[in-house]
Amino acid sequence: MNATEVAERSFEAKVLEAVPDGERLRLCLECGNCSGICPFGYLMLYPPSRMIAMMRADRINKVLETDTIWMCVSCYACTAVCPSKIPVTPGLMTSIKEELLLVGNVPAELQNALANSQRYGNPLGESPRKRADWTMGIQPEVKVMAKHKQPVDVLWFVGDYASYHPRVQSATKALARVLNALGVDFGILGAEENSDGDSQRLAGERGLFEMLAEKNGRAFSKYQFNKIITSDPHAYNALKNEYPALGISYPLQHYTEFLAERIDQIKLLLKRQISARVTYHDPCYLGRANGVFDPPRELLCAIPGVELAEMTHNHSNSLCCGGGGGGMWLDGFQWEKAHVRLSDWRVREAINTGAEVLAVACPYEPPRFEDAAKTMPGADKLKVRDIAELLAEAMDV
Amino acid sequence: MMNIVVLAKLVPDLVEELTIDASGAALDLTFARWIINELFDDHAIEQGILLKERSGGTVTVIAPDLEGADDVLFTAAAKGADRLIKVRSDFSAANNHAVARAFSAIIKGFQPDLILTGVQAHNDLDGSAGPLLAESLGLPYVGYVSGVALADGKFMVKKEYPGGLIAEMEVTLPAVFGIQAAEQPPRYVAVSKVRQAMKTSSIEEMDASDLDLSGAPEIERMFQPEAAAHAEMLEGTPEEVSAKLVALFKELGVL
Repeated sequence: MNATEVAERSFEAKVLEAVPDGERLRLCLECGNCSGICPFGYLMLYPPSRMIAMMRADRINKVLETDTIWMCVSCYACTAVCPSKIPVTPGLMTSIKEELLLVGNVPAELQNALANSQRYGNPLGESPRKRADWTMGIQPEVKVMAKHKQPVDVLWFVGDYASYHPRVQSATKALARVLNALGVDFGILGAEENSDGDSQRLAGERGLFEMLAEKNGRAFSKYQFNKIITSDPHAYNALKNEYPALGISYPLQHYTEFLAERIDQIKLLLKRQISARVTYHDPCYLGRANGVFDPPRELLCAIPGVELAEMTHNHSNSLCCGGGGGGMWLDGFQWEKAHVRLSDWRVREAINTGAEVLAVACPYEPPRFEDAAKTMPGADKLKVRDIAELLAEAMDV
Repeated sequence: MMNIVVLAKLVPDLVEELTIDASGAALDLTFARWIINELFDDHAIEQGILLKERSGGTVTVIAPDLEGADDVLFTAAAKGADRLIKVRSDFSAANNHAVARAFSAIIKGFQPDLILTGVQAHNDLDGSAGPLLAESLGLPYVGYVSGVALADGKFMVKKEYPGGLIAEMEVTLPAVFGIQAAEQPPRYVAVSKVRQAMKTSSIEEMDASDLDLSGAPEIERMFQPEAAAHAEMLEGTPEEVSAKLVALFKELGVL
């Protein structure tokens, strides 16, 4: 066996070991459903089914010479439709990105986000010391665990974009006010919180993911709390499905699940009417990957005046905003290949429902959808709102 | 076999707010985060490794013992550097004159063919480190270098000039080069490879002689930028603003 053969064989072995049901890869029927449903499959030289064929032909090195795998946004659409239940996203696509990363076949803009995550603990390249700056002005004050030094009921894992992105901070502040209005005893890690690392992992940086997870794990272990909630579906996915294997395991809820459990208490506080037709975008890592579909809808329907309208693609068939799996850091690269953004398609669907509000529950989405709405004909009246922002508005907090 | 030495300078990270210390003439470095001079020294490392990959040789990366030096060195090892040196002394307040003297004493012992530095850094208050190092070593220096090649036993460098001019020069080694840009952007190395490098390579520590800070200009005052004049904002509706703007252009004689 020569070195190339070793590399090819070890790639298959790697996929088989990457996820518990990795051996299902051998059950591929070559039906092509995965490549057909992939939003960018038509631009990939080797979409998933073809990649599996190449692997079976011991020619995976050919695939490693191409860069169109970086069109994959880890949206799980392929995984959801596979009749053989092959873990295409977490097994095959993530493993091939790991290989690309090791051979240095990485678009420059993605490198920056990874290097920033390594150095600062967030992909945006912001100072870790400023991670809790968004809390300024919130009353009662948001407790930062290192200062508070007391147990809390709920530890809120805020996440990168929710902490730093100026547009998303508005949703983060809204959630803080909603939690305060409900009298929730919560705290945050502030400067001790690092990126959850999930999108970096799905972009092939497993080592970076483990480093970030270990840092978060050490921070969690310093404090007492009953459960973790998070604003970020990517953090939710990491904490729920990936951290336990590293020995980091806590009861966990996405904020929409946490709030939906308190729906009766919330209903009493919803004083203001929001008379609008609202459509809801299922984030890939809340919906399709983790099956949380109903709590966000329950919250929206509880708001007086809200009329919920579904887009053509909804629930497990939702369309990705384009930010997952490293897509958040590949905008330029993907635009060059596609000349379209996935967020454009989603915003067009939202317009077609006749909705005035596109409701979201993931920090990647407000900037992505608002950017798309700026250029999409007919979207001038479409407002993008996080569910937390709508609740805060209806509660008048 | 070319013996390549890369000097990696560490600089305060501008992601953190800069504050002036009590003396009013220096940065307060109490909470500074030290990172590699990434716009240039990262390119010097990349260029050294590209040269080694192309023409053979060894790459030694040498850095001052500041917090963050280990990361810089192990990352360089993961990229392909062969030898890692950390120079011990109190570098946090050192100027480039002192850095150049301290490093030249150590580098001299390595008998390098080629010494690469970043062409400049944002804390070069007393001139960039490369020419000072060359002076101290008594070697020729070429700065603003954006490509190096060994061909037919001759060493050629590309030097960038303002206005888009590029010169190709033949240089007799040993020499010091200030790298403006490597021939390709610095490569990304996976964290797993850096972690592996931490296990398989080791950092040699060497002591620098007492730092000699002489030769640099004395700083009288260091301060945040102060606004000397303000822009005038034109208020009103778009129509009013454009009318004011047209009047202003006429007044200035450009319309």
